[in-house]
Amino acid sequence: MAGGQTNRLNNGGLIDRSAPLNFRFDGKSFSGFEGDTLASALVANGVKLVGRSFKYHRPRGILTAGSEEPNALVELRTGARREPNTKATTAELYEGLEAASQNRWPSLRFDVMSVNQLFSPIFVAGFYYKTFMWPAKFWEAIYEPAIRRAAGLGRAAGVADPDHYDKAWAHCDVLIAGSGPAGLAAALAAGRSGARVILCEEDFAFGGRLLSDGGTIDGLPAAEWLSRALAELAAMPDVRILTRTTLFGVYDGGTYGALERVNDHMPSPPEHQVRQRMWRIVAKRYVVAAGALERPIVFAGNDTPGVMMASAMRTYVGRYAAVPAKRIALFTNNEDGWRTVETALGAGLQIAAVIDARPDVSPSHRSLASRNGFTVLHGSVSGVDGGKDGVRKIAVSLTGGARAEVEADGLAVSGGWNPAVGLTSYHRGRPKWRDDIAAFVPDGAPPGMVAAGAANGDFGLGACLAKGFAAGVAAAHGAGHSGKAGTAPVANDEAFSLTPLWHVAGKGKAFVDYQHDVTASDIELAQREGFESVEHLKRYTTLGMATDQGKTSNVAGLAIMAAVTGKSIPETGTTIYRPPYVPVAIGAFAGHHRDETFHATRLTPSHHWAAEQGAVFVDTGLWKRAQWYPRAGEKDWLESVTREVKAVRSGVGFCDVSTLGKIDVHGLDAGAFLDRVYINTFSNLAVGKARYGLMLREDGIVYDDGTTSRLAEDHYFLTTTTAKAGLVMQHLEFCRQVLFPELDVQLTSVSDQWAQFSIAGPKTRDLLKEIVDPAEDLSNEGFPFMGAREVALRGGIKARLFRISFSGEMAFEISVPARYGEAMARNLMLAGEPFGVTPYGTEALGVMRIEKGHVAGPELNGTTTAADLGLGKMTSTKKDFIGRVMAGREALVAPDRQVVVGVKPTDRARRLRSGAHIIPKGQTPGPGNDQGYVTSVCFSPTSDQWIGLALVERGRERIGEIVHAHDPIRAEDYDVELCNPVFYDPDGGRQRG
Amino acid sequence: MRIVCPFCGERELGEFTYLGDAKPVRPAAGAGADAVYDYVYLRDNIAGVMSENWYHGGGCRAWLKVTRNTLTHEISAIEPAAGAGAAKVGA
Repeated sequence: MAGGQTNRLNNGGLIDRSAPLNFRFDGKSFSGFEGDTLASALVANGVKLVGRSFKYHRPRGILTAGSEEPNALVELRTGARREPNTKATTAELYEGLEAASQNRWPSLRFDVMSVNQLFSPIFVAGFYYKTFMWPAKFWEAIYEPAIRRAAGLGRAAGVADPDHYDKAWAHCDVLIAGSGPAGLAAALAAGRSGARVILCEEDFAFGGRLLSDGGTIDGLPAAEWLSRALAELAAMPDVRILTRTTLFGVYDGGTYGALERVNDHMPSPPEHQVRQRMWRIVAKRYVVAAGALERPIVFAGNDTPGVMMASAMRTYVGRYAAVPAKRIALFTNNEDGWRTVETALGAGLQIAAVIDARPDVSPSHRSLASRNGFTVLHGSVSGVDGGKDGVRKIAVSLTGGARAEVEADGLAVSGGWNPAVGLTSYHRGRPKWRDDIAAFVPDGAPPGMVAAGAANGDFGLGACLAKGFAAGVAAAHGAGHSGKAGTAPVANDEAFSLTPLWHVAGKGKAFVDYQHDVTASDIELAQREGFESVEHLKRYTTLGMATDQGKTSNVAGLAIMAAVTGKSIPETGTTIYRPPYVPVAIGAFAGHHRDETFHATRLTPSHHWAAEQGAVFVDTGLWKRAQWYPRAGEKDWLESVTREVKAVRSGVGFCDVSTLGKIDVHGLDAGAFLDRVYINTFSNLAVGKARYGLMLREDGIVYDDGTTSRLAEDHYFLTTTTAKAGLVMQHLEFCRQVLFPELDVQLTSVSDQWAQFSIAGPKTRDLLKEIVDPAEDLSNEGFPFMGAREVALRGGIKARLFRISFSGEMAFEISVPARYGEAMARNLMLAGEPFGVTPYGTEALGVMRIEKGHVAGPELNGTTTAADLGLGKMTSTKKDFIGRVMAGREALVAPDRQVVVGVKPTDRARRLRSGAHIIPKGQTPGPGNDQGYVTSVCFSPTSDQWIGLALVERGRERIGEIVHAHDPIRAEDYDVELCNPVFYDPDGGRQRG
Repeated sequence: MRIVCPFCGERELGEFTYLGDAKPVRPAAGAGADAVYDYVYLRDNIAGVMSENWYHGGGCRAWLKVTRNTLTHEISAIEPAAGAGAAKVGA
C-alpha cells in the first residue's frame, strides 16, 4: 500500500503515483494522487465516516462516485472561497485542498445533535406541518431558528466571493452530453459527417464507465480505443470538447445551459482567469448520452458507512486503485452487480458473500463463488450491524424465511440502473416505463433531442456504441451534414437480467432519500395521510428535494408508493423534472453582472471634465450625472447647491442635460404623427420654434413630457425625460409601425449623438456670444423665447440652439455632436470666466424646477392626469391622440382628484420632506383623511426657506389653506400652507427677457 | 427562446420585448368610449396559439407580429408590423 494511504492498491488505476498531493479533511492531514477526487482520496486513506445526515445526524459514508452523491457533502476550501455542500465525489484533489464535514458539532465522530435520532418519531414526514405549531408566535422566535441550526447543510462563506465567473455563447450543429461509449461514438459519427460538434463531459476525464469497467472495443482494450477515439476527435477542427462541463438545462429553441468548472480543480483560479463559465449553447441537434445511475435498494441500515453502490465500488477499485472495503459483500438483484465481484477479486480483495435477490444465478457465478471461497445467498439484506466506523455484520433474510449473517466491512448494493432522464424531460416530457429493465426511459423529448446508450436504457457496451453512433449520424444528417461516417465501433453486450426489488422490510430505518433523511416508513405514512400523488409525496416528505434532486431516490420512492397503493409504477408516475441537473452557483448565472459591472454605466459627454472639477455623481438609471460641484470650504451639499442656484439666478451657469432622450422625427407626416402621440398640437408649430409637449398612455394617464422643436417642414427634434428615453422610443415605434403605418414618418434615436447643455441665467447671452458665431442674432427679436434653430459656432461647428428654460431664467439649450461635448464644457468654462460662469448639477437643476413649479418624475408618477399636473389646458379637443378617450373617464376628471400644488411650512425654519402626508388641519392622521402627499422638496435659496410640490385633493381650490403634514416614517408632524406651485417669477418675465 | 427577425435573422430572446395580444385594433377616432375601453383593457391570454406583438429593441427596432404557442413556445409565423422597415414614401 502506498505511503500513508492504507487503502491504496500498489498497481493500477488512472492516478499518477508520481504526483502526490497533500490535503486536509476536518483538520487532519492526508495524501492522495493527481487523478483522485476528494472521495477517492478519502477511500484510499481508509476514511469511512464523511458526514452527518440532514435531519437525524446519522453517520454517513460515501455512497456513489459521481454527481448523484447524496451523502458525502463537504465544505470545500476556507475563508471567502468556502463552498458548502460540495460533493466529495466530484471535487478534484489538488495540492493543499481543505475540506470539512458538515452538519455536526462539535466533531464528526461526536455529534451532539445525533440525539435527534432518539426523537425521530417527531421528525417523520411532514413534521414541520404538525409540530411546533403552538403557540404561533414561537415559530419565528424559537422553533424556526432552532430547526434551522439543527437541520442544516453546510455554511456559506458569509463574505463576498473573490472569484470571477464568465458567461459565453456557443453555436453548433450537434451537441452531445457525455463522453462514455455512446457519447464518443456519437461524436465520432457526427464529426466524420462534417457537423460542427460540441461534446460536454462532466468529469475531468473522458470515457464514462469505460474508465471504471474497461472492456474490449473493436478488438482493442477500452483504454486503447478511448485514446484513439479522443485523438481522432481532437484532430477534427469543428469538434469542440469541453471537460468539467455539465449540461444542466434545456431551454426553448434548441438552447442549452452548461456549466464549465474552469478552475474548480485549482486552489484558486490563476490570475485573470475565471472560476466557472456559464455556457449557453445553441444547437440544431442534441444527443443525450448522459448514461444511467445505479440505484440503491432500500433496507434497514442501508445508510451505514461502508454501504456503497456496487458500480461506485468498481470505480474506486478500478479507476482510483482505492479500496473501500477489504471483505466485501454484494447485495444485488441483477447480473451487472456481479461485475463488482470480478473487479474486487481481480484487485485481490476478499468477497464475503453475494446476496442475490433473484430466484437463481448462473452456473458460472456458482463456480466463481466456489473457486474463490464465498457463498451465494438467495435472499435480501434485512439489516446492517455497524455505525460510524463502518459495516461489521450484515443480516440476511433468506428466500424461504431462514436468516443468515455475513461478516464484512463493506456492502456493495446494486438495484439496477436508472437512465438519466432529466435532460429529456425538462420540457414536460414524461419518461415511459420499460418492464424489461424495470426503469423509466426518455420519452417526449423536445424537437431535435434524442437519448442514446445507457441514457436510453441500452446498457450493454455494444449497444451503447451502436446506438450512439447511429444517433450521431442521424443528428449530423438532421443538421444538414451527410459526410462519410464510416462504421460503428463494435463490442459485446454484457448480460443484464434483473428481478425488480425496491424495498426489503425489516427493523430499523431504511433510507430512500439519504440527503433529506426520508425513510420507507415516511412514504408509507404519507400514503396513510392521503398524500398519494407523487407530487404531494415529494412535497410532504421532501423526497427528492435536496441538492441531489433525488437522483438516487426518486424511482425507489415512487416504487414504494406504488407498492403501498397497489398501483403499478407507471400508474404512479414521475414528478415533473426541472433544471438544473446539478446545483449551479448563482455567481455563475450572474457572471460579470455584479457590483459595479452589474449593469452598463453610461457617462455623459462632459463626464471626465466634471470629474476633474470634483463633481459628486449620482446614478440616474444607467447614467452617472454630476449632482453638484463642491468647492473648498463648503460644509455640505446644501451649501454647494445653494451657491450654484444663486449663481445661475444672478449670473450664468450650465448643466449637462445630454441624458434626455432625443429623437429625430422625419417625414411629410411628422407633424400629423406628433399630433397623435401628444395631447397638444405640433403640426401647426412654425419651423424654428419649440413647444412643450405632454404624452399620455392609452389609458389616459400621463406618460412623458419634453420639448419638441421643428427644425424643418418635415423634421422635428423631440426630447424625452431621461428615465423614459428608451421606453418612449419603443412606444413611438409602436405607434408608427403598428397603429399608424399609413403615415410617412421615420424615427431615429439620436440620444447618444448629441451632447446637450442647458445654459441659464441673466448673463446667458453674454456667454453664448463668446461661443456662437458672431453672425448669429441672439437678441430677443432674433432668437425669441421658444425659438429653435441650427447655428454655427465659432470655428464652424454646427450646433442646434433652443431657447427653452427649465430653470425659469433666461436660458438656452445647446446641442453639439457628442464628440464635442467635453470641449463644449471646457469652452463654456473658459469663455464664461469673465461672467463668473458656474457649472451646476442635477440638485440645483431640481431646486430651480421646483421653484418654478415644473413637474418632473415625482409628479409624472403613473397616477396623474394632465389636469392633475395643471396642464389640462394643453389638451386639444380638435384631434384624436393616444389616451384621449380614456382620459375623459369619470374617475380621471373627478373634481376631488389630487392635483399639484405648492407647499411651504408655516414655520419658515422647518425642513420639508418628500412623502409626508397631507391631512386636514386639526384632524388625527389616518387613512380615512389622507388627502395627498408631498412629492418634491428643496431648500429654495430664492425664497430662503424649504418649499415643495404636493399632490393634494382639490389643491388648486385651497390655495392659502393651512394643512397638516404627517410623516410617520420620520415621526414628524407640522403645518404647511398650500400655495401656488410657481414660487419663482410667476409671470415668466425672466425667461422671456 | 429564439426569434427569427425578418430583418436581422435568428436572434435570442434577450433582444426582444414582449407586449402581448396583437389582435386588438385601435378604434377609429369616433368609435366611442366602450370600443376604446375594450381595446385598452380586454386582452386574450390563450393557453395555445396566440398572435403577439414583440419589439426587436436590441436590434432593428421593428415591431413584429409573432404567432406563438404559449404552452410550448413554438413559433409558427413571424411577420413585420405593417409600418416596419423602410419608409412608405409614395406608397
